[in-house]
Amino acid sequence: MEAQTFQPVKKEQSTAVNITGAEALMECLVQEGVELMYGYPGGAIMPVYDALYSYSDRLKHVLVRHEQGAVHAAQGYARVTGDVGVCIVTSGPAATNAVTGIADAMIDSTPVVIISGQVGSNLLGTDAFQETDVIGITQPVTKWNYQITKAEDIPWAMAKAFYVARSGRPGPVLIDITKDAQFNKLDFRYQKMQSIRSYQPIPQPDLTKINEASHLINLAKKPLALVGQGVVLANAEKELMEFLEKTGIPAAWTILGLSAMPTDHPLNVGMLGMHGNYGPNVKTNQADLIIGIGMRFDDRVTGNTQKYATNARVIHMEIDPAEINKIIHAEVPILGTVKETLPLLTEKVNKNEHTQWLEEFNACYRIENERLISKELYPEKPELTMGEVVRRVTEAFDDDAIMVTDVGQHQMVATRYFKFKQSRSVVTSGGLGTMGFGLPAAIGAKMGAPDRHVCLFVGDGGFQMTIQELGTIFQEKVPVKIVLLNNNFLGMVRQWQELFFDFRYAQTELINPDFQTIAKGYHIPSIKVTERENLDDAIKTMAESDGPFLLEVVVEKEGNVFPMVPSGASVEDIRLE
Amino acid sequence: MKEEFTLTVYSENVVGLLNQVTTVFTRRHINIESMTASASAIKGIHKFTIVIFTTHEQVEKLVGQIEKRIDVLKAYYFRTNEIVYQEIALYKVPTKSLLDGNEVEQLVRKNGARILELTDEYAIIQKTGHKEETQDLYEKLQPYGLTQFTRSGRVAVNRLKKEPLTTWLKTLTEDRLKVQA
Repeated sequence: MEAQTFQPVKKEQSTAVNITGAEALMECLVQEGVELMYGYPGGAIMPVYDALYSYSDRLKHVLVRHEQGAVHAAQGYARVTGDVGVCIVTSGPAATNAVTGIADAMIDSTPVVIISGQVGSNLLGTDAFQETDVIGITQPVTKWNYQITKAEDIPWAMAKAFYVARSGRPGPVLIDITKDAQFNKLDFRYQKMQSIRSYQPIPQPDLTKINEASHLINLAKKPLALVGQGVVLANAEKELMEFLEKTGIPAAWTILGLSAMPTDHPLNVGMLGMHGNYGPNVKTNQADLIIGIGMRFDDRVTGNTQKYATNARVIHMEIDPAEINKIIHAEVPILGTVKETLPLLTEKVNKNEHTQWLEEFNACYRIENERLISKELYPEKPELTMGEVVRRVTEAFDDDAIMVTDVGQHQMVATRYFKFKQSRSVVTSGGLGTMGFGLPAAIGAKMGAPDRHVCLFVGDGGFQMTIQELGTIFQEKVPVKIVLLNNNFLGMVRQWQELFFDFRYAQTELINPDFQTIAKGYHIPSIKVTERENLDDAIKTMAESDGPFLLEVVVEKEGNVFPMVPSGASVEDIRLE
Repeated sequence: MKEEFTLTVYSENVVGLLNQVTTVFTRRHINIESMTASASAIKGIHKFTIVIFTTHEQVEKLVGQIEKRIDVLKAYYFRTNEIVYQEIALYKVPTKSLLDGNEVEQLVRKNGARILELTDEYAIIQKTGHKEETQDLYEKLQPYGLTQFTRSGRVAVNRLKKEPLTTWLKTLTEDRLKVQA
């Protein structure tokens, strides 16, 4: 049997130019439409930085303070723009520093291309200075990775890198380039990649599944749609709205699905998951039909899977075939991009309303509001709550800012109480839960959306994990609004210690520095609020400031985030207090 | 219920592909019973044959995760009754054991084994078969001063009427022609 392989039709430029690998890399970035990247120079990547020096008119490079920050910044940029974020780092420790960001981008499906330098190809495997097996290390946390040892491999590998990163279910791609491949010359031609034999980014929708799904939807009395980031990644917000408004199906969003529809839309019933809203969690087990739309039934969404969606049939609309039946069995899987499959479904389904069913969600909200939300937003106690700060801040930006968060209690509170009017307004570490994500991600978000307000919520723990990026903010004058919710605790862990470990606060109390002094060191103006009466003025000052700003708010020390589905419990066992 | 599955994975022939495939198992704490990797019948495409013990539910997920790797073309799984498979084993025994009586010769004959090399000092015996069969000969040769024994991973051919990969590759080529038209 002879090869059935297929050689792509080549439409190459007629004349090639003879340039170095490093220059070729710059050309690749320009051709892929890259305008901005984050990075940190070092020995094994110096030829690339030297080439970058000549391209500074076309490619803006932001010097971060740590390679983890470079990846998170690129993630923030990618999330708000939908474009590929780009990072450049050197070999060895730089590449290993980047791994956390890469893993974060992998689990949250964020398109990022990371270029790492590598020792000369003659030194590979010799334990040379700053040599690590970056390909081996990053293999499980990249969508694709590749080591370039020959300059002539740069054009096709970069074309493949961008194609893989942005197509299908997006993800991070790492390209490791040996120093000799950066120095050596090649005849450069570039062609963007259109397809790869072994890779089908978007599965073809199966129309019989669309028909089956429409049948289930038409029959359902209590359907619930679960909206995930897939909707945002596919730019299918309009298609989602048309589907929901025709069918009248209540929709709940996952943490990464936030802002895929407006917060105040009547069919938006709130957030799913461990600290999500009461209604969508308890109603999951009363629903007779669950429609997962570009989401992956993460364990923080499902709780105990044995007691999840106990009365429901499941339709799962998903681009990644490996997600089908991974956690929850889908009676009707609909593969493909929701941009394509949602309209196919909308066309088939009957126009409908679920007034009574929707009212049940509203009733749940009233319970949650009375027992919990009102106390969080309008507390009678003197201590400030995280919830009231978040709500005042979102209002100060007319509910239309981009919300960036770090990880922990403040993240859950921010996702619960921040409000959204337009899509791509959320940058948070959902799957990996990376403390330290927030500050650098906010830099990328602001640079990706310079015309929008970018507001970071960060805790005193996570802030100190990447606090050095204040240097990047200062150097680049990035007007990020930082809201530090300070309770002098690793709050989420402390909450678990209180609830499940008998108040044994092992290593969760923080003795913190004076954050205002630190901000001052970076020439970032700041206000510290300890009393409720000063909060609104401080937020106004922050909102009206032109540049970066730190608002530190001292919140109650031992506040808890509720509702909560305890680990291992069913979604219907959600606790309101 | 755990049972034996044979996976066949077709991939591009690139550096590090083996690692890409094996980490799918490692991450889920699944032991690979045997693995064979070599060029497939199709030029430029590598084939892995992997034997694991796991549940049907798990093997479906594993195949999905393997196929998700960019450089993997396709992955399939088969139950043992859906494939014809072989392993090869080599045994090294002292030549003296063949000369001292006819037991070793009988074993070779009865087991359908054959002698590959014979020197003054040693004989190399080859047997193909399933693991139990090569294991059985191993145990029987041991009393005769067996000095070396090695067994390969599994090679397998499925019993399907249509070759799934070839069929798939055909559709793919058409797709790609469409894309570039």
